Amino acid sequence: MQFDQLLQYSLSGLSTGAIYALIGIGFSIIYNATGIINFAQGEFVMLGGMFTLLFLETFKLPLWAAIPCAIAASTVAGMLFERLAIRPLRQPTPINLVIITIGGSILIRGLSMLAWGKDTHAIPPFSGDDPISIAGATILPQHLWILAITILIVFVNRFYFYHTISGKAMRACSYNRRAAGLVGIDVRRMVLFSFIISSAMGAVAGIIVAPLTMTAYDVGVMLGLKGFCAAIIGGMSSGMATVVGGLLLGVLESLGAGLISSGYKDAIAFIILLLILFIRPQGLFGKAESERV
Amino acid sequence: MSRDLLKFLAFAVLVLLAPLYFKGGYLMNVLVFVGIHTMLAIGLNLLLGYAGQISLGHAGFFGMGAYLSGILTATYAWNPWLAMPLAALLVGALAFMIGFPILKLKGHYLAMATLGMGIIIYIVFNETIDLTGGPSGLSGIPSLSIGTFTFDSDVKNYYLIWSITLGTILLTLNLANSRVGRALRAVHDSEVAARVVGVNARLLKVQIFALSAVISSVAGSLYAHTMTFVAPASFGFNFSVELLTMVVIGGLGSIYGSFLGAALLTLLPEFLRAAHDYDIIIYGGLLMLMVMFMPGGLVRGIPDLFRMLVKGRGGDGHA
Amino acid sequence: MLEVSGITQIFGGVTALEDVSFSINRGEITGVIGPNGAGKTTLFNIISGIYTQTSGRVFLNGREISGLPPEKLAHLKMVRTFQNIELFGGMTVLENVMVGLHTRSSSGLLACSLRMPWSRVEESGIREAAMKWLEFTGITDLADMTAGNLPFGKGRMLEIARALAVEPEIILMDEPAAGLNSQETLGLARLIRQIRDLGITVVLVEHDMELVMDICERIVVLNLGRKLAEGSPREIQDNPEVIAAYLGDE
Repeated sequence: MQFDQLLQYSLSGLSTGAIYALIGIGFSIIYNATGIINFAQGEFVMLGGMFTLLFLETFKLPLWAAIPCAIAASTVAGMLFERLAIRPLRQPTPINLVIITIGGSILIRGLSMLAWGKDTHAIPPFSGDDPISIAGATILPQHLWILAITILIVFVNRFYFYHTISGKAMRACSYNRRAAGLVGIDVRRMVLFSFIISSAMGAVAGIIVAPLTMTAYDVGVMLGLKGFCAAIIGGMSSGMATVVGGLLLGVLESLGAGLISSGYKDAIAFIILLLILFIRPQGLFGKAESERV
Repeated sequence: MSRDLLKFLAFAVLVLLAPLYFKGGYLMNVLVFVGIHTMLAIGLNLLLGYAGQISLGHAGFFGMGAYLSGILTATYAWNPWLAMPLAALLVGALAFMIGFPILKLKGHYLAMATLGMGIIIYIVFNETIDLTGGPSGLSGIPSLSIGTFTFDSDVKNYYLIWSITLGTILLTLNLANSRVGRALRAVHDSEVAARVVGVNARLLKVQIFALSAVISSVAGSLYAHTMTFVAPASFGFNFSVELLTMVVIGGLGSIYGSFLGAALLTLLPEFLRAAHDYDIIIYGGLLMLMVMFMPGGLVRGIPDLFRMLVKGRGGDGHA
Repeated sequence: MLEVSGITQIFGGVTALEDVSFSINRGEITGVIGPNGAGKTTLFNIISGIYTQTSGRVFLNGREISGLPPEKLAHLKMVRTFQNIELFGGMTVLENVMVGLHTRSSSGLLACSLRMPWSRVEESGIREAAMKWLEFTGITDLADMTAGNLPFGKGRMLEIARALAVEPEIILMDEPAAGLNSQETLGLARLIRQIRDLGITVVLVEHDMELVMDICERIVVLNLGRKLAEGSPREIQDNPEVIAAYLGDE
């Protein structure tokens, strides 16, 4: 195994990993605000890509305009999902929440299939596809876009959670929802907010990865699960730990696919997921907690 | 007690007489699948409805039963009646072992872990091409036979599958109304109280997980011999979700509910032939609507609805 | 019968219990009292295997039971009830008590599925015994009601019936009088004496001082995680430290 090959795998792994990280943070934000694992998270990733396509091809918008429109549209979908499916639930037991978010996820997937068909679609890269070579490995400009946008989002996210009133309120909810309610934080609003933020982040992830991997109505399933895996490695943190989790997963997957077998590439994420859940349910970097419910 | 037995006998008679009404034909084939799906739904319901533990990976156990039977009989020419219990035993043992770490997890985490397990199994089906034939599937699986009598028509298969399904229903009804069934429901309602009065909740959950895997595996073996062909696509995440939908629609913790859910979800796509590809929209919509408006499932929801119409007021949803 | 020796419990830097030791005599009704935050419920949770203590040991009949899970303790004939009654809400009253007989029966998965003759005999035995305990606690007429729909006072009786069905040698009750009206409390006092008369050792954590002084033969007083005093109701009532602790708390 040559150094440049290793570098090549790692570099492409990093950019996929960044996508997983964004999706994983989306999972964590909702989980921390509500205690829900949103099984429909991956569908917002898919919607991001599909809506971009819609605005590009049907409304003939330029890429720079189609992207924000797509993010906005996916966010509205996330809002509707919270309002129509999560909030009205009369018995919000974990099992009911799992079932309803799964139901929502296949409904969204099915409607997308109805709207856009089963074909895979391509979105043009943001700035051409002339490969750039780094120390013997080549990467595409889109890889750089992915890394840059991920870094930007992680910083914006951090600013929001630590330096704005609503971000701080959201963190309060994640520590103790009842106490947050008692000190006058509108917890239901925060729940809605968490769905808005994470569907927007999911959409961004879906948009920036689409030029590399193409998009279709069913890409959300795997991307969502990998994102969840990143969040689990990061101990459901909505910050750096999940980013590291995503990058780690991306690189391991890419190396595994290159060095072992590409067929088992997807299995790697799930084996890691099971191992972490069995051995370190608090995440790779977290301190031991008494119980993960 | 005897009322339960009468109910079962009435159900059994209906099942056994059904072929007279349908006179063979295309629907018989569908009814065979209703039988297989009923077994699967019951297996999952024991875990989800009685013990309150979710699994999104049961399609994996179903697939393992199907592939083990398929490989042993088609590739190694075993007797199917030998392969089936061996497959069930292996799948049960695997579930028992994986059950200890996996059932330590609760709620959403358990859902994700079982989902991951299911997907790993699915990937193995696809990748171990030498054994399973990979994505293109495994063919040449023999039909079941007893002596020189071969189950090679829909009607014959119907009676074969349904006698095993009826057996499963009877056994699980017994179990549900026994000391073990009560302990399961107790764990579901309050795990700490159940433990305090001496129920080993952890072991019990693992046992039920293994039992439901065994039932799924047997259903898988029957599926393989009925179809004489298996491919990984039948055992993916979507099928696990379909099973979940059957159990939820029929009614958690109700054996006949599982039959109802399985029948509905198996027959529905047949009646909606035109909308074939769009059945996932229907599943998704049904799942959401049921959880929101009829969390007790059809078995409880329909009588409630009926009572509501008759008396003009609602039932409590926990019949 | 039950011996608690040097129990210390620290929750994330906060010491909830510090070096608590006492022993409980067979066949007696013992009360554990103390002002709010004294650590009574924590102590119960440790003895009954729900928490694991930071240090110290618990013995039942001379056998160390520290760290054993609750289901093992039930097999060793120790059982408890909860302050905010924990019932199996979706099951009937009778079924709740029948679960209490879990340790008194043994049919497994297979025998139950096949309804083997011996498991049927066992099942009817379970039913009979459960009815007996419903009668003992005076809730026979509610046998077929769903436990989740019971009024609080009846729920308390059911929880005690279920605990008794384990046929324990010792029963721990966490604030059994909480949420009961005065009529129900009187009934409870009578019931606790009847339980003692069956030869069952009773330990209760309780706030209702009148009840404790009325029925308990010995009392252990906790304050701020330490044992303050131990003795007969008379001795406790006269103990100046106990009086100070309670007055200081007011």
